Amino acid sequence: MKCPAEMIIYMHEYLDEEISAENEQELRVHLQSCKECQTHFHELRKTIALVQSTSHINVPSDFTAKVMAKLPKEKRKVGFQRWVRHHPLFTAASLFIVLMAGSLFSSWEQDHEFSVSKQPNLIVQNDTVIVPKGEVVKGDVTVKNGKIQIEGQVEGNVTVINGEKYLASAGQVTGEIKEVNAIFDWLWYHIKKTATEVVTIFDQEEPEAAK
Amino acid sequence: MEAIVKKRIKQVLKGDQDAYAEVVEIYGEKVFQICYRMLGNRHEAEDIAQEAFLRAYVNIHSFNINLKFSSWLYRIATNLCIDRIRKKKPDYYLDAEVAGTDGLTMYSQIASDTSLPEDDVESLELQETIQREISKLPEKYRTVIVLKYIEELSLNEISKILDLPLGTVKTRIHRGREALRNQLRHV
Repeated sequence: MKCPAEMIIYMHEYLDEEISAENEQELRVHLQSCKECQTHFHELRKTIALVQSTSHINVPSDFTAKVMAKLPKEKRKVGFQRWVRHHPLFTAASLFIVLMAGSLFSSWEQDHEFSVSKQPNLIVQNDTVIVPKGEVVKGDVTVKNGKIQIEGQVEGNVTVINGEKYLASAGQVTGEIKEVNAIFDWLWYHIKKTATEVVTIFDQEEPEAAK
Repeated sequence: MEAIVKKRIKQVLKGDQDAYAEVVEIYGEKVFQICYRMLGNRHEAEDIAQEAFLRAYVNIHSFNINLKFSSWLYRIATNLCIDRIRKKKPDYYLDAEVAGTDGLTMYSQIASDTSLPEDDVESLELQETIQREISKLPEKYRTVIVLKYIEELSLNEISKILDLPLGTVKTRIHRGREALRNQLRHV
């Protein structure tokens, strides 16, 4: 028996799930009557089942690592950006330090004018501040960009920023004497000053809270 | 899935190499599978699958982000496989068939120290037969059969991956099926 040529085409259309209802009906009717086509159709389905039955081959476990190792090296910029993304705390902290240092640095740059804390009995000659002999200066004395010559007595701390101090043998300072010259000293001085101020604020607040 | 992949690809486009690892993780299995069925050999399959990911990475700028990444990747992989089949060098791999023998591989010439149970041997033999028949198909039929029955992709997708008209894909699948039927019907 010679089968219509389109039967094979219908079989494939059926397998691709693209057969029209009409053709499918025609195929079904034909398959019931034709042993040869039945076998052919069965073999096609078996073939597909066999191909699909091939077991899944597992990819080697180090596959991704091997691929990644083969990739061309990335630009450093991105590496840095990723680091920033993964360490937000470090990034914030270092940014803070940079900005702080920047602002202090600029204040250091600006502060090149001579200045001195105002106490009535201090004598100023050019860029030298003199604590006269026999005088008692009350309170802290701060000299910026100048020298201080202590011949008398200071009741408090003496701080010299970017300058020099001469302490005469008769001179006397009841508090501390500090000389700040290098930029890092300047930074440290600022930090300590801020800390001391903060502590002072707390010290002041406590008795108030006690009231 | 595609959404995650696209996000990672955008990161890769910005130069973040690590984002690509996830892409490889997602598609590694599939690409390896295609290569294995196309080439019929683990060693070569791994080689070509790695190469496919490497090519995709290097050419990621030419990928149209609005299209399906998997289709683009599979196209690279299948093209590489076809290239490899065409200029197949007479390399000797352990699991390559030994000439003049019927389905014997170098593995079978090495004394195995683990004896397999009967059933496993049988199913292993069947698996090998099927794979051998797939490997015997001309590459144009092999490609469509692998994409259709191993990767279970739609005809439309296959047509996109191979950049062939839908009609051509159908014809090739029909012929591929017929060729396999001839070989496998008595199994």
